[in-house]
Amino acid sequence: MAGATTGTETDVLRQSSVIVTSLAVAAALGLSACGGGDAEGSGSKTVRVTLANHVWTDNLKKALPEFEKQTGLKVEITQLGEDQLSDQYNVKLNAGSSDIDVMMYRPLQEGKLFAKNKYLADLTDKVKSNKDWNWGDFKSGPVQATTYENKVVGVPIITEQEVLYYRKDLLKKAGYTNPPKTLDELKSMAAKIKSQNPGVAGFVARTGKSPAVTQFSSFLYSFGGDFVDSNGKSAVNTPEAKQAYAFYGGLIKDLGPANVSTDMGWPEAMAIFTQGKAAFYTEANSLYKNATDPAKSKVSGTVGFAPFPAGPAGSKPYSIPSWALGVNDASNNKANAWKFIEWATSKQQTLENEKAGVPGGRTSVAEDPAATATYPKDLVEANAEMAKNGVGHDRPLVVKVAEAREIVGQPIVDAITGKDAGASADAANEKFQKFLDDENK
Amino acid sequence: MAVTTTTPSTAGKTSLTTSASTPGWARWANRHRKWLFASPAMVFVAVLIIFPVAWTLYLSLTNAEGSVRAESEFVGFANYLDVLSDTERFWPAVLRTVVFTGGVLAAEIVLGMAIALLLWRPFKGEKWVRVAILLPLVATPVAVGMMWRLIFDPNIGMANRVLGWVGLGPWPWLAGEHSALPTTMLIDVWQWTPMIVLILLAGLTSLSDEPQEAALIDGASAWQRFRHVTLPLLMPTLVVAVLLRGIDALKTFDILYATKGKGGGSFHEVETLNVYAYGLSFDYNEYGVSSTVLIIFFLIIIGSMWAVTSRRKDAA
Repeated sequence: MAGATTGTETDVLRQSSVIVTSLAVAAALGLSACGGGDAEGSGSKTVRVTLANHVWTDNLKKALPEFEKQTGLKVEITQLGEDQLSDQYNVKLNAGSSDIDVMMYRPLQEGKLFAKNKYLADLTDKVKSNKDWNWGDFKSGPVQATTYENKVVGVPIITEQEVLYYRKDLLKKAGYTNPPKTLDELKSMAAKIKSQNPGVAGFVARTGKSPAVTQFSSFLYSFGGDFVDSNGKSAVNTPEAKQAYAFYGGLIKDLGPANVSTDMGWPEAMAIFTQGKAAFYTEANSLYKNATDPAKSKVSGTVGFAPFPAGPAGSKPYSIPSWALGVNDASNNKANAWKFIEWATSKQQTLENEKAGVPGGRTSVAEDPAATATYPKDLVEANAEMAKNGVGHDRPLVVKVAEAREIVGQPIVDAITGKDAGASADAANEKFQKFLDDENK
Repeated sequence: MAVTTTTPSTAGKTSLTTSASTPGWARWANRHRKWLFASPAMVFVAVLIIFPVAWTLYLSLTNAEGSVRAESEFVGFANYLDVLSDTERFWPAVLRTVVFTGGVLAAEIVLGMAIALLLWRPFKGEKWVRVAILLPLVATPVAVGMMWRLIFDPNIGMANRVLGWVGLGPWPWLAGEHSALPTTMLIDVWQWTPMIVLILLAGLTSLSDEPQEAALIDGASAWQRFRHVTLPLLMPTLVVAVLLRGIDALKTFDILYATKGKGGGSFHEVETLNVYAYGLSFDYNEYGVSSTVLIIFFLIIIGSMWAVTSRRKDAA
């Protein structure tokens, strides 16, 4: 008897558990169906924004609730690393997806490609519509980079120059009171410091074929060269360019870290510097917080900044807009997307960002002493100095930038690994000319 | 034993389900049941495999670039000629793919066989050892790549420190132009040998003991027993292991990308066909050429699969 009762009870239990499971499955299906409906239907109140990992993005997220309260809009942020961001755009924009409303993009890297593919909505009327927001306040160089065939396709949010990071303590120990003014001084000082401090490199910078191109560009300009000459021809094997390749590669080969890898982008090179393993480092100034923040840097207290050292042609660092905001042309929510951009690039937000160490695109903010009050003094001076003689690009201005960077970057890694930089520059020049011919067909 | 599998019982079942009283559609469904049951899977395959392959084939015959939605021209086999005559990126990538696959496959089979034989017979604490050996298998390849990147860092990495203790090194490992590919192979062997162990161990435990005992009584040595008894019996399992792992190794992407990044490093040191095709489409936006490389790659995979399976039939 008892056995039979238990059996029935088990059956009931089993049955009810089956019912519960089916209900749960049904509920899950129902919910997911609702989710799908939501994402498609109510685009009007939700702005979908795709942003890169950057201090700028962190600052924006802090201020976001205020924007949502003011406008009643909901902002959905997707935040990705640079490479993942590129891949995401490649897939989604290629498919004509309306999933993205606002996109953070690199005007010099993919701006031309995106504009040519009509991924970026024409913002010309929008930027001119609001006098208070004032499009005229934006610096002309960056504006040029976000304009394609006379149409405004983006609003610059971050600008940067190449600056010399150095270790005050190591310079002092070696008897130097000032950072190097010229590239030759940089070399001799780096050599002396390296010989004095075993395990510490004299100089470090990016070494990866593609990532190094932008930081190499200031060396190239300061030696009097450029990637493309005034006639639109490849110029990477001019005597100036060959000298620049040999100099940059030589600095890293002879005075750089031991067993240097040729894969370093800024995170790896910055890590070597902030671990106290290098005396000098040339890098974008917009990354300075990585070196001065005690949480990220072992040498935060002894980092100094100086303008890019002068070469035979003077000090000519790049001065470029590294990031901008654009609107996806396939978005169904362009009006609200613009509202978001207007707010994110407002004077107030730009000022907040500059205070946090991210230089933006507005002249009025750049001239506001409040903006740079928290910066290291020498960095402010260096930035001001470099704004005068900066070059407006840090890579070849072409459509297929990724491919071009690999071509003009080859002599850099060849020089670093001790190969014949001159011969490599000749080979690169031939390839680059062919690339330019193909692209201008 | 024979009673449970007699034909009459099976035949009886079949005739029962198709008796005259069942309606027409049910009879039709019953007659075509193998198609009916397989159709969801077939639709799935058509949508997710045949369509993409056909589309890739189409793209490979065009000069699509920049955006796949942009207008492109039909260029026939021009891409194939370009790719097959490219000795700078394509053929080196083919060579690297072959070296990588052949190398890791050989190492993994030999090591996997050795470890499987060790773990075959019960011993104390075998559970723990088995779990420990399988750990690399469950780690995500990207995390594995990042971990080994740190270990192999030429200046601060563990690998060179250990070498230093025994008076060797420092070696460039992943940073070296010529050492990068062998280093990534080492990582792959570390990660995927456990899978071979798992498959072979399953095969070994299903073998009956009688042939072994018979060989033992005949006075065969351990090596002779392995070579002439275990190995032939294990052959079908071994072929499966080679096939599965071989195809997977050909397609390796994650470890290479996580350790060396785009283009397989500044000198394309570890650029295999898969990494090359990725670079062509995601970096260069050359969808036509990229599709061509992928189609050729696809043919290589099918070819090698066919080679292995046809050998298996010969052996059987």
